[in-house]
Amino acid sequence: MRSRYFDNISWVSLILGILRIVILVLIVVGAYNTLSSGKYSAEAWVGLIASGLAQGSIYALIALGYTLVYGILLMINFAHGEIFMAGAMTASFLANSFARSGFLNQSPVLAIFILLCFAGLVSASIAILLERIAYRPLRGSPRLVPLITAIGASFFLQYTFRGLYGSGFQSYPGTVDALKGNLTIGSLQTPITLTQVFVFFCAFALMMALYWLVERTKIGMAMRAVSENKEVAALMGINIDRIIVITFALGGFLAGAAGVINGIYRPQGVFFRMGFFPGVKAFTAAVLGGIGSVPGAMLGGLFLGLVESLGPNLVLEGLGIPGANQLKDAIAFTMLVLVLIFRPQGILGERLAEKKA
Amino acid sequence: MKNIDWRYVLRLGLIAGVVVAYVSAIGVLVTFNSRSIVAGVLTLGQLILYIAPLWAGYLVGKKVLADGGSYLESLLSGLGVGVLSMVPVLGLIILPHALLPNLRRIFVNISPDLITLLTFQQESLLSGSLLLVGLMTALGLVGSATHLIPTQVRRPLAIALLWVVLVGMFSELLIQILRPLNRTLVTTFFQGNALKSNIALALFAITAALNWIVTSQRETVKTQIKQLPSDYQKGLYIASLVLVFILFMLLPRVVGSFLSEVLVNVGLYILMGLGLNIAIGLAGLLDLGYVTNFAIGAYIMGVLTSTSSLGRGQLSFWVVIPICIVSAMITGFLLALPVLRMRGDYLAITTLGFGEIIRLLALSDWLRPLIGGAQGIVFIPKPAIFDFVFGTSSQLYYIVFFGCLLVLFVSVRLNNSRTGRQWMALREDEDAAKAMGIDTIQTKLLAFTLSAASGGLAGAIFASKLGTIFPNSFDLLVSINVLALIIVGGMGSIPGIMVGALVLIGLPELLREFAEYRLLAYGVLLIVMMLARPEGLIPSEIRQRELHDEEVISTVENPSA
Repeated sequence: MRSRYFDNISWVSLILGILRIVILVLIVVGAYNTLSSGKYSAEAWVGLIASGLAQGSIYALIALGYTLVYGILLMINFAHGEIFMAGAMTASFLANSFARSGFLNQSPVLAIFILLCFAGLVSASIAILLERIAYRPLRGSPRLVPLITAIGASFFLQYTFRGLYGSGFQSYPGTVDALKGNLTIGSLQTPITLTQVFVFFCAFALMMALYWLVERTKIGMAMRAVSENKEVAALMGINIDRIIVITFALGGFLAGAAGVINGIYRPQGVFFRMGFFPGVKAFTAAVLGGIGSVPGAMLGGLFLGLVESLGPNLVLEGLGIPGANQLKDAIAFTMLVLVLIFRPQGILGERLAEKKA
Repeated sequence: MKNIDWRYVLRLGLIAGVVVAYVSAIGVLVTFNSRSIVAGVLTLGQLILYIAPLWAGYLVGKKVLADGGSYLESLLSGLGVGVLSMVPVLGLIILPHALLPNLRRIFVNISPDLITLLTFQQESLLSGSLLLVGLMTALGLVGSATHLIPTQVRRPLAIALLWVVLVGMFSELLIQILRPLNRTLVTTFFQGNALKSNIALALFAITAALNWIVTSQRETVKTQIKQLPSDYQKGLYIASLVLVFILFMLLPRVVGSFLSEVLVNVGLYILMGLGLNIAIGLAGLLDLGYVTNFAIGAYIMGVLTSTSSLGRGQLSFWVVIPICIVSAMITGFLLALPVLRMRGDYLAITTLGFGEIIRLLALSDWLRPLIGGAQGIVFIPKPAIFDFVFGTSSQLYYIVFFGCLLVLFVSVRLNNSRTGRQWMALREDEDAAKAMGIDTIQTKLLAFTLSAASGGLAGAIFASKLGTIFPNSFDLLVSINVLALIIVGGMGSIPGIMVGALVLIGLPELLREFAEYRLLAYGVLLIVMMLARPEGLIPSEIRQRELHDEEVISTVENPSA
């Protein structure tokens, strides 16, 4: 009898359960303290939410790459953050030359469209090369092997781009004229900037395009079939290698486009290690939404963006932690750890067998 | 001609060319050009430039011969590879000159220096390019021509070449060691910081001859040893161990302070490598947050011994060491609890998250009153026994050395223990291990806890070695370094870890130019090792058997692959 209650699993579960309760209590207490102190106005909260959503939609775009690849190959493309960096860095040169020639301000829509496509294509081709050189020969090997390769690829890409473009910081041209100022509804001036609106809708349009591609086209159908069962899909006449390449290309394209959108949102800080944090955070977003699920990655990204932008002010300050905004990144990582511990199948989790986790 | 696979030639030639263009464009060639190997003849940069066509020629020649081609055909294919390998590089020379003068603004490393290097300081671009094409073609030819030499001769020659390159590369270091001993020796052997060309030739001849003798004698010596009675064999083994021990004890006296410093760093990484090896190599738990244990050890040492205002207790190094180890083990245990049910990649990302959280917390203002925030902890005293202070690296070396010996002993014993076998079972198949009655939870917890211990030890020594610690010394790169040395050396293989640490931590410190490209090289190494030799340079026997088994099974399962 005793062993049933004091079984090995149960004491671990007990500790984890206590941890869960402690975290919940901390969040509630922190939020209650902050809200009751009335330190921030409603306007400030709206601003935080808007920046969270904008940042979150960038995470969501990158997260789609993780989720697509995971859905098909059941591997984490650890180097995906670097694919984002590759597009962002390469397109920054084009963006600056557009800005110098005045093209960016004359016809912003066309210029940004070209930039998105250019960065997307750069990133997609790097993703394809990566798959061809590093991942394809390892298909079917023990699970640690492709993961270690991906870590290697991540450093390889970082330092390749450092070698190509130098170790200094690049920047995108400052805000486009058309996106200056804040959103006004009627005569009401909101704290939401036009750039945030642009980021959100641009990302949204890309995600809708992807969703359409996956759900409504033949290629998307093939992708879903391959992710369901490779052998059977192959028997149905689907070229598995081609679908995998397309998946990597799509994920890469979205990451590159996210690089440009990120550059327009935050022009500074474009350098060879810029991919690491967005990469890990986007992975968090993908897991949060349920890895392998396309709408999940979108939701997860937005949710993570919100948590990251609200968390420090809402919870940490309420708990009396000084310099709460320094811990923004720590919040994202904590989120990642917590999700993986408590709900590895994510918000929109499909059944995720222990084999996958 | 029918035995030449032209598509293979084309592919290999272009790959070699792209590799050359790549190393040019990221600046490796120019950076390494400053280190000369043989004075006036060869620099490291040029060597890198030459290796690609040479290697491609070698491979293509081998393939043609294997396909049943004649020597002439193999030479011809080598020639083809050599010519093809120039195409991308020529583009790199001509494009910025003729069409895109602005290219340099984007690609910072396509500099005039690079162009002069590639065109051999020729005045006109045309004659320089022609020279380069000629040379590369010749190298492709030479590569394929190596097959004309019989194998017994080729091996000693290749090894002798390697020796010359190694000696030349590290001649600066050798000069530093030799100069205090004998000044004329230095001036006869070296010119500037490189080997003299006639000395290089002599060295080549001597090493080739020596290698020839050694390889021909090796078998007879081996059989002679085998014929000895077993007591004698055991005696020989112990004697060689004692010899190695004495050698290592004397090492810092011989090599001087700079090399001792390098050795201390290598030793710290061997400590961490042996620790992480328990988690990754034995139990198969890919822990990317190993830096956590290192940081805990360092910070505990800092807080408890520092004489600054942050210091509490100002205890002695020897008292704090066990505290560091135990607290690293406790942290390892606690952080292992949540990840017990995860496998593979999720485990990796979660542990990576732990590592980053620890670093961000150490950086934050929140914990500043306790551990100093971004300013870190200063005035950590050096270890001392009574009045003897381990102040310099050549003294600290002994602490690291005995630490390594201790951890080595524990590792070897664990490797061959019941627990070790349980870990390996866990690594290979968790479900099967469970079915065999292994308590997976307990086994995993033990792996994490024990692996944390030597990380804590390394961190503690690191803190008192530097005297100051900053949060940014504890980022992901530490974990990646340790991971890389385990992978390169061979997962689960203890000698492999030592070799891995020497190569990955020692070499970069000796080649200062290398610093910029260290992580690039790690990335390439990780990929190449996984593709070509996943069991590592010095694989553990069991691991190699397992990997080989998998290959056999997978070829049986789908014969097409």
